[in-house]
Amino acid sequence: MRIESVNDFVIKFANVNGSGSASANALFAKAILRMGVPVSPRNIFPSNIQGLPTWYEVRVSEPGWLGRRGGVDLMVAMNPQTWDKDVAELEPGGYLFYDSTKPLPKAKFRDDIHVIGMPLMEICNATYSDPRQRQLFKNIIYVGALATLLDIDLAKVEGLIAEQYKGKEKLLEPNIKALHMGRDYAVAHLPRVGLQVRASDRVGNRIFLEGNSAAALGCVYGGATVAAWYPITPSSSLAEAFAKHCRKYRTDPDSGKARYAIVQAEDELASIGMVIGAAWNGARAFTCTSGPGISLMGEFIGLAYFAEIPAVIFDVQRAGPSTGMPTRTQQSDVLACAYASHGDTKHVLLFPQDPKEGFEMAAQAFDLADRLQTPVFVLYDLDIGMNERLCEPLAWNDAARYDRGKVLSYQDLEAGKRFGRYLDLDADGITWRTYPGTHPQRGSFFTRGTSRDRYARYTEEGSAYVDNMQRLLKKFETAKELVPAPVLRRAGKGARFGVIYYGSTAPAMDEALALLEHDAMGVDALRVRAFPFCDEVLEFVNQHEHTFVVEQNRDGQLRTLLVAEGMLPPEKLTPVLHYDGTPITARFIDREIRQRLAAFNVAPLKRTASGE
Amino acid sequence: MTYLAKPKLHHPDLPKNTLGLTRRDYEGTVSTLCAGCGHDSISATIIQACWELAIQPHRVAKLSGIGCSSKTPTYFLDKSHGFNSVHGRMPSVLTGANLANRDLIYLGVSGDGDSASIGLGQFAHSMRRGVNMTYIVENNGVYGLTKGQFSATADRGSKAKRGAINIEEGIDLVLIALQLGATYVARSFSGDKGQLVALIKGALTHPGAAFLDVISPCVAFNNHEGSTKSYDYVREHNEAVNHLDVITVHREITTQYEPGTAQEVRQHDGSVLRLHKLDAKYDASDRIAAMTYVQSRYAVGEIATGLLYVNHKPRDLHGSLNTVPFPLNQLGERELCPGAAALEKLNESLR
Repeated sequence: MRIESVNDFVIKFANVNGSGSASANALFAKAILRMGVPVSPRNIFPSNIQGLPTWYEVRVSEPGWLGRRGGVDLMVAMNPQTWDKDVAELEPGGYLFYDSTKPLPKAKFRDDIHVIGMPLMEICNATYSDPRQRQLFKNIIYVGALATLLDIDLAKVEGLIAEQYKGKEKLLEPNIKALHMGRDYAVAHLPRVGLQVRASDRVGNRIFLEGNSAAALGCVYGGATVAAWYPITPSSSLAEAFAKHCRKYRTDPDSGKARYAIVQAEDELASIGMVIGAAWNGARAFTCTSGPGISLMGEFIGLAYFAEIPAVIFDVQRAGPSTGMPTRTQQSDVLACAYASHGDTKHVLLFPQDPKEGFEMAAQAFDLADRLQTPVFVLYDLDIGMNERLCEPLAWNDAARYDRGKVLSYQDLEAGKRFGRYLDLDADGITWRTYPGTHPQRGSFFTRGTSRDRYARYTEEGSAYVDNMQRLLKKFETAKELVPAPVLRRAGKGARFGVIYYGSTAPAMDEALALLEHDAMGVDALRVRAFPFCDEVLEFVNQHEHTFVVEQNRDGQLRTLLVAEGMLPPEKLTPVLHYDGTPITARFIDREIRQRLAAFNVAPLKRTASGE
Repeated sequence: MTYLAKPKLHHPDLPKNTLGLTRRDYEGTVSTLCAGCGHDSISATIIQACWELAIQPHRVAKLSGIGCSSKTPTYFLDKSHGFNSVHGRMPSVLTGANLANRDLIYLGVSGDGDSASIGLGQFAHSMRRGVNMTYIVENNGVYGLTKGQFSATADRGSKAKRGAINIEEGIDLVLIALQLGATYVARSFSGDKGQLVALIKGALTHPGAAFLDVISPCVAFNNHEGSTKSYDYVREHNEAVNHLDVITVHREITTQYEPGTAQEVRQHDGSVLRLHKLDAKYDASDRIAAMTYVQSRYAVGEIATGLLYVNHKPRDLHGSLNTVPFPLNQLGERELCPGAAALEKLNESLR
């Protein structure tokens, strides 16, 4: 048996981290994209800088499925440490590409796979004397060989290398030479494989970028001027991308000075403290972190909630609890963020599904935070944040204006406009504020985490405290009308079952829904995009006999939130949970939902050929 | 403490500053601290300093953490915005506020528990960043609101009210501030208003991180025999190195000093810090010497006070970050948003 496929397969590179493989592998993926064939690559990496195993998985999918499929059709096994596991992961009939310089015993292979050996080390040692060059060019050589095996247009690879080394032509030539060396060897010595890339037009005008970079750009467009952060995987590249985007877009052209301030703080407590200070003083400010950072910020988040100060917090989730698996993905901070801090608190959460929404929701988060005067969390995960993803081009409406919320100006105060910092004049639970330094005589107030009356005066009077807490609830109701609405996809008329999902589960869900629909097992699907839940979310559950809630955590955290906040009957909501740290796959969702549907006496019209 | 509100009526002959404001215009609500608390003297001194400098009250942002000292910002400058934040975290909130609007005057008020115990990290990092602020620690060596536990600035061997001896080494925030690059470092005593007014004025006009450690006895829990933060102890062991005179641009120099006995620092805003040396050998521009001096006095049981160090070319965080010279919180879409055309160009580079 031999896997035969055009534009629909999974190739996985098994490397040692710190060996320079990442850029070579990305080159490979992007070349396929340039041929008009959708790809979805994922970095699977250790919490380490050099010497540990790292993988780069590229899903090639003509139909454009961007979720992780599961299974591997071609393994590029460059790491002896993980050899056995890598070989075992191959689908029967799949292909194993490896460095054949040193002979391996037959027991190290499998009978049901096709082995392609190339003496990479030997070629490199014969060509290069510098050990670093041997390592780096080895990567380019195998890219050249693989591209040739898979019919990838080498001119696309060359074009990408040329773009990469623009202005550094000295480096260009040896890279092209290495690429050709790989090609020439493959043409002369390697057998054909059944996997092929054929030029297509399925990429369209879509773009390819990382979620963290997109979210950082959203912060630039959304008018953030102050960023304070503490390095933590997988969120650090958001802050670093913000710095990069700011240098490009926010440098005053005349003076060369910065229209932004970025502080790498001493810890997450200081990060959120700076954000709160800046936002209190009228700047748009954010921090980015991951689960452990949210835990550390807890006390300050409660202050921002209670004192009503805007703050935008990005939580790029990883596998917890504690240090957990810091380089693996999960959606396990939903409850920690929804109810962050002591006392009665709840917070606005946004769940982007990809870099495009990461950009949009990042920008929107600042409007929401200013409007609602409260912390707003943009919650996504490593899968979105640290992988390049194909998505619709980013768009911006130049006519849009920032919503700075209810802020009294000098003129307002001068005109004698009524002001009580916690006085609900508009019956929406949102009160007016003033920035420090606005007016010499009017509008000053004291911000505090202690209880106070409507005019911001300290009080421990129970009735004043309750009045304020009730108003905060009213404000949270107002938030429901402002946050992004869920996205509904109907399977057909009268589907009995529904599925709720969010964030990075989306691409796998798209594919799973198609698989189920194909077998006439279609379910209605609702992608939740925010908390608090709009009425539509609760109606969706009420409209269906049963709803599955698909999440990437152990405890069904969004489901808990639905039950708790939506007063929904728990028996109507079945959790479908994937939480081993790898991104959820379509195969997993499909299988789990089929099994559960079977319990409801729903049978497929026919079985699909593949099963995980 | 008193429950009686102060009458808002002013005596018509109260002296006015160049803004036409009286000292009463710089007051806040009535203090709720214990009668005789050193902190109230410091509040009164802040009022005096701001009045003398003719600072517009609403251009000051006053921030604090949690504790007795952190309650005090309500007792002065009621036309200023105030922020009573989280225990030990005032420095980060102040830093963020400062980043948002560099044009205001930032006054951070903290205590020894707030800055030396729970907040030592944030204290230290705000100093090393060179945030343009006046940071006052009202230092009594004890937790007042929780009734008398030692704080981290309590000297080793100091005795608590109920007789316990402090077995841990005390932290000297002045030394940490000096080491971490604060550009104006002073120590004073709440019982010496003359010295303190000048030091606060100097700090408020200093365009960098200004730190003041003010020993401020706690009459309820740390003013007894055996305490090294009591009124009596500090009065006996206080050794001032100099006398500061802040000469604003609006004020003529009146005092004359013998040559060699005064040291002058001209500040960015045109004001001059004139230091009359009480210890002829003391050079307030020498940071390393200041550190050695403070420690050598401490070794013989004395508390060195005065303007211990001032850098005549202070740096500040905005300078380090090279930010635009106007407040970031006043920038709008035009200055901040690159717009749709730039985004289209970026899209093109991502294909």
